Parts: sequence; C-alpha cells; structure tokens
Amino acid sequence: MTIGMLLSRVRVEEKLLLQAFHDRGVPVVVLDDRETVFDYHRADQWRRFDVVVERCINHSRALCGLRILNDFGVATVNTYEVALVCGNKLETTSALVRHEVPTPRCRIAFTPESALAAIEELGYPVVLKPAVGSWGRLLSKINDRDAAEAILEHKEILGSYHHSIFYIQEYVDKPARDIRAFVVGDETICAIYRYSPHWITNTARGGRAENCPVTPELHRLSAAAARAVGGGVVAIDLLETADGRLLVNEVNYTMEFRNSIAVTGVDIPGRVVDYVLRVARESGTAAPRPTAASR
Amino acid sequence: MSAEQPVECPECAAAVALPDDVVAGEILQCAECGVELEVVKDGAISLRPAPEEEEDWGE
Repeated sequence: MTIGMLLSRVRVEEKLLLQAFHDRGVPVVVLDDRETVFDYHRADQWRRFDVVVERCINHSRALCGLRILNDFGVATVNTYEVALVCGNKLETTSALVRHEVPTPRCRIAFTPESALAAIEELGYPVVLKPAVGSWGRLLSKINDRDAAEAILEHKEILGSYHHSIFYIQEYVDKPARDIRAFVVGDETICAIYRYSPHWITNTARGGRAENCPVTPELHRLSAAAARAVGGGVVAIDLLETADGRLLVNEVNYTMEFRNSIAVTGVDIPGRVVDYVLRVARESGTAAPRPTAASR
Repeated sequence: MSAEQPVECPECAAAVALPDDVVAGEILQCAECGVELEVVKDGAISLRPAPEEEEDWGE
C-alpha cells in the first residue's frame, strides 16, 4: 500500500498523523506542496498512490492539487468537491441549506448599498465574513449602522474583489462557547466545546477546549452536515442558540485537532488514519477513472 | 534527551533543542525569541524562519 501526504509544513497534526501511519506499519511519502509539480500528462506518476492525504495549509493549493489528483483517478482524503465546498463559506452555506441542515440565517450581496440593506433587514448585530478564510481572520461583528457603513466601505476600497462578495450572517448570541464536532466517515468520533470570552472562539485565536458529549442530536446534525459537504474527514462548527437549538456554522476539511485529543480522550489521528486506510483499500479495488491524461 | 544536537535559531542565535523524532518540514518555536522555525534536513539539520501566514491559510 502506498500512501502520500501532500502538505505545506509539518505541524503537530501532520506529525501525529505520520506517527499513526508509522504505528500501523504503513510508510508515507511526504509531498511538500512547495516542491510539488503536477504534470497533466503524467498521471502515472500519481497512480502509484492508493490514497493521498491532503494537509495543505493553503486552501488554493489544496484545491488545485485535489482537482488534478481526482481527475487522475487518485483517491484523496478529502476529495476536491469537499475542499471546494468547505473552503468557501458561500458554498458551505449553499450545501447546508440545500440539504436542510440548520444554519444561521445568511444573506449574500454584491455592493455596499445592497449589503447595507441586507444587514438592516437581518437586524443588528450581524457578522460579516470573507467567503474564503479561516482561523477567524477578518471576521467583523457589526453592531450598528455606523459600523456597517464603515466596514463595507473599507472592504470595497481596500479589499480585493472577492471581499466585495458580502457574506452576511446573523449573529448568534451563544453562551461564550461553540462546539466543534469531529466526523470521520459516518461517525462523530468526539466533540469539544471551545470557550472564549471573545465572540470569536477559534482555538487558533486562544479559545479553550473542553470535552463535549456527543449527544444523538449533535451526531445527527454533524453527520448531516458532513454528508451535505460530501463526507470524509471534517470538523463541524456548531452554535448553540438561546432557545436550545444547534446551528451548523462552518465545516473544515483540513481539520486541526491538537487541542482536542487530551480533552476528549479520543485518538483522533488514529481514527483518521484508519479511515484513510479504508479508503486506500477500497480504491485498490476500484477501476481507475479514464481521464484525458491517460488516453 | 534528544539524539540530535541543538541547532542555532536564525533569528536570535539561541540554541533550539530538537525532538528525538524530528522530521523535515516540522515547525518548532524558539524558546528564547518565540519565532516559528521550520526544520530543514539537507544532510545536516538547520532551521529557517517558518513561512508567514497568507490570506488563504487555514483548516
């Protein structure tokens, strides 16, 4: 069995995954995305892999690599489609709404004027997010019209064009925490609460992790969200509303889990690697898809 | 104790201890200056400043 891991740098997560493969006696070919060249006419160079695990830190590189690998017929965790949907909040929300997974109310607008109208209609406060971005970067909680006008103008003038695709989400007044659920295949293997006095609760921004019991409801919603984006290995971010509902906020396709192993007691890298090996075994029995490159 | 000798931080010249299972591309933090460093294995092990965060970085 030949496993590849496409990565940008070996963070704690990648090291734990490599160790988990090693513990199972499975060697891994590490593919540094800074040195990798994809030749569209040499699909054979990649077909030696039973599966490639995508762990790029750049969303753009992940998308490009997965597009080409999947076209070559190479199995990947996750797939191009999953990365495409999860890496863009507009795509994620569209998928969640299409599959009737509860998610915060959201509006999309293309000009500051229409965005302001959407914000006023949604009611303050609202959250403005870049469609592509992570770790809580460039999120704006807008509390009133003055702030809305200022931020919309700044985004239009200082931002690149994609910052003028205004993704406007209702602000959910959550209880100083949100929930991150880890889904591997069909199973919600564990979940954490992310506590923070700040409204942005990402652990990358200093949020504190505690174990969150996986209730049937949490599993049902997490699994539904995972299916909506295409499945695989994903981390689902959920918000608790004041009236006790759970809403799926975002889905992450190259999940970070370093802060979640000790608090949940779940061997997250081990579970991910076991899933990857299942995909590799299944890909070995499937006929490779014909592609332009192989013809 | 690590089998590898400590390596100099390119930022502040402090000695950075390497883990036993150090791998190329691994990210370490200098305990003295706090900068993130990337492990380079090109025969001998050295350290270089880790790449700066870009707009589409994330999970």
